[in-house]
Amino acid sequence: MSLTEQQMERYSRHIILEQVGGAGQEKLLASKVLIVGAGGLGAPAAVYLAAAGVGTIGIVDGDKVDLSNLQRQIIHHTPDVGKDKVLSAQNKIRAINPDTKVITYNQRVTAKNVAEIIRGYDFVVDGTDNFPAKFLVNDACYFEKIPFSHAGILQFDGQLITVVPGRTTCYRCIFGAPPPANAVPSCSQAGVLGVLAGVVGSLQATEAIKFLLGVGELLTNTLLTYNALSMEFRKVRLNRNPDCPLCGRKPRITELKDEEQIVCDLKTCKC
Amino acid sequence: MNLVVNGKETNITDGLTISDLLVEENVKMPQMISVELNGQILKRSEFDQTVLKHDDKVEFLYFMGGGNVAD
Repeated sequence: MSLTEQQMERYSRHIILEQVGGAGQEKLLASKVLIVGAGGLGAPAAVYLAAAGVGTIGIVDGDKVDLSNLQRQIIHHTPDVGKDKVLSAQNKIRAINPDTKVITYNQRVTAKNVAEIIRGYDFVVDGTDNFPAKFLVNDACYFEKIPFSHAGILQFDGQLITVVPGRTTCYRCIFGAPPPANAVPSCSQAGVLGVLAGVVGSLQATEAIKFLLGVGELLTNTLLTYNALSMEFRKVRLNRNPDCPLCGRKPRITELKDEEQIVCDLKTCKC
Repeated sequence: MNLVVNGKETNITDGLTISDLLVEENVKMPQMISVELNGQILKRSEFDQTVLKHDDKVEFLYFMGGGNVAD
């Protein structure tokens, strides 16, 4: 595949980078990235990966756009309220870059469907918003051997780590299993600064692009934590855990399973 | 004695365990964290028995979702 004149112009600021060049841009155009969750983290990741010329972007989300999403989920705009998130995201990506093919999965990931969805992608961006989904993405990427970027955000704090399954520290190495139901913060304690999602989701897109190009150092075996109030970034070195239930010496998890959903429900919440 | 907790130098009394440190550091929801001690993730069952030593490096790692409480 060689770049057209239009593509040479569109991606000129990439192409003049020594680490990208024409060959790197062609690699991006031939790459496939799956974004699980078209929310706070997935929105900026999708926008930047599309602009960067990633050739195929898959988007998984079973939700519709809600007014309260627009404070941070920048791929969705006011007229999109009530529309399927995957279709809203697909429209924006097409408008940003006709080079990018979008594959939509208008569903939530479950133990039944996740392996089939992620298979064939080069890299996965975990932009899910709940713990069972985060563990499921981690496990599925492990079994399918697909590198991915994990991220989490809460209030003014964010964190991310890149996982090369079987070779570097995974999400279960750190956290083992979802937290118990009674430990999850109540509605009044939660919330998130909108732009925080933008910062962390954009960092995930950066990791995806670095992986696809094979440049730089990936954020593996290292959790990057960010606090927006103190404007402090920290890298926490995390070794693989020999007792990890998934990728440790004696794995207890040998197949995909849905973890129990345990979050505060706004409708019944009394907090 | 001195410790490094999440990258910050901290002075604590001798003989404290990880569980004590969680109280000392005012961690309100200890079930929402994992603890790394000198590069190794601890099992939750080890929090009560693990006594901290001078110059230990402790990281409290927080569970973080996607910022959406309704889903």
